[in-house]
Amino acid sequence: MSDIVEGVSQAINLIVTLNPEVLQIAALSLYISLSASILAALISIPVGGFIHFHEFRGKRILIIVIQTLYSVPTVVVGLLIYLIISRSGPLGFLGLLFTPEGMILGQTVLIIPIMMGLVISALSGVDKNISDTLVSLGATGFQSIVQIVKEARYAILSAVILGFGRALSEVGVAMMIGGNIRGETRVLTTAIALQTGMGDFGFSIALGIILLAVALVVVIILNLITYGLSSESPQNLGGPHP
Amino acid sequence: MIRISGLSRQIGDKKILDAIDLEIRSGEIFTLIGPSGSGKTTLLRLIDLLDFPTTGTIFFNGANTAGTEQERLAIRRRMAMVFQKPAVLNTTVEENVAFGLKFRRIESARITGRVAAALDLVGLSHLSRRRAVTLSGGEMQRVAIARAMVTDPEVLLMDEPTANLDPVSSDTIESLIQRINTDHKTTIILATHDMAQGQRLADRIGVMMDGCLVQQGTIQDIFFRPNGQKIARFVGIDSIMTGTVTKNSDGHAVIDVNGVRIEAITPLAPPARVELYLRPEEVTISLPGSPDKIQKSTRNRLFGTITKLVSNGPFFRITIDCGFPLIALVTRLSSEDLNLAIGTHVIAEIKATAIHVHAVPS
Repeated sequence: MSDIVEGVSQAINLIVTLNPEVLQIAALSLYISLSASILAALISIPVGGFIHFHEFRGKRILIIVIQTLYSVPTVVVGLLIYLIISRSGPLGFLGLLFTPEGMILGQTVLIIPIMMGLVISALSGVDKNISDTLVSLGATGFQSIVQIVKEARYAILSAVILGFGRALSEVGVAMMIGGNIRGETRVLTTAIALQTGMGDFGFSIALGIILLAVALVVVIILNLITYGLSSESPQNLGGPHP
Repeated sequence: MIRISGLSRQIGDKKILDAIDLEIRSGEIFTLIGPSGSGKTTLLRLIDLLDFPTTGTIFFNGANTAGTEQERLAIRRRMAMVFQKPAVLNTTVEENVAFGLKFRRIESARITGRVAAALDLVGLSHLSRRRAVTLSGGEMQRVAIARAMVTDPEVLLMDEPTANLDPVSSDTIESLIQRINTDHKTTIILATHDMAQGQRLADRIGVMMDGCLVQQGTIQDIFFRPNGQKIARFVGIDSIMTGTVTKNSDGHAVIDVNGVRIEAITPLAPPARVELYLRPEEVTISLPGSPDKIQKSTRNRLFGTITKLVSNGPFFRITIDCGFPLIALVTRLSSEDLNLAIGTHVIAEIKATAIHVHAVPS
């Protein structure tokens, strides 16, 4: 019990005094996970859209594969990317192992399936009548796709947030690809794992609180961007309409 | 305006539409009636160029619509469709109405005015800033109509526009449809399973059954001279009798139905097998011994006994056994006046001209 109390008070102290190491770790975590989320979104939304809007052989199987990959263990992705970017791997010449960029690559690969799968679900969730209505109103194929994506914007935003959450909270890829090098590739999750192992609970708790705070800030910003773009009141956030 | 020839649509082994030939005239309200699943929606979707037919051709103002997607889009933009379940986009009412204009790249200054006019047409100007998804079913359907009309279409397709609406909203939509047709000269093709609505709105009617257009014609044709038993039942003809023509002089025929002599108008000569169709409203009921009520022009006086009496809103539907079952519709008031009950002996009077004689194919 005293560990927890002591830990929390130390955590508050570290946060209030803006401890440079804590800030550096938090900033690096944010940079890596946000970059991975942006990259994954740039790939998942158009590819997910393509899969949804086109009929082709094996479409159902492809969607099942994507959904299965939702639960791929982070260490398996870590291992795969490790093998690809290690010195002897096919992309070894890029020198990405134990760099933040390597971690971005790993997290991007990790969260693409969940983002893409949820984008497909989001688009499938748009009433089929909407697409008929748009075509009937004289929309071109492209105009109709744009409207349907807009219509699914809240569900797509959820997909991006969930992907970001998975990237920010995972340990496997960060540990295996980044190597948890202090000042270089140490992020919030790997630092918590390490400090807890060393009995430094205060530092861990501080990082845990910051991890949640970072997630909160990013989610709020993403929401503001989405609702700002569609110039709507946030009363419709995620719930049914009154 | 629209000419359809040999149109069919098949999905897998299932024929949804079969050999449809139809001509829609400019400026008319053409109503497609038929039971659910008879192919009305499929036909409307093909006319709106949303789907492709398996065989056959649709001509729009003489132009074949089976062209490139670009050509089909150009033709589609001269029409508009209102679907059975109005799908509104998750934005304001006015933005919903503006979509068709935005897709056509109309400049935004003109969009505002046209959207306002369309909302005024459907009486929803006061709700222009509301989120469309918060509207009632009837209001959503009016948004859908405004959204269709804002592009000033030459042809307006409507699929069951009042299904699932309360009677007041249905009335509003029906008068709106008539106003659009009269004021805007828009050709309207409307599908409905409600044959009374078809009757109220249509200039001409087409009856769809099992994917086929089984009859087309005026209200008089469809409701009084249906082409076959199935159509007769659908348009509310309850009494369908089978008999044989025994005599015919100048079109005035005598027909034997289960030993009962019925007079009707038909050119069919004896011994043609025929079906007789009679609307329940055309049967007049009186009690034996009340000669003052007998109409001079009535050709058929049938004696029978009431076997069934069912309350039907302000009416009673009564079944009379007069050698064959005959259905009549009597107001509640007359029923009480005449003291009608099961077992009452009555006289059923039917004008010869009220009976439609349909030849039974041999």
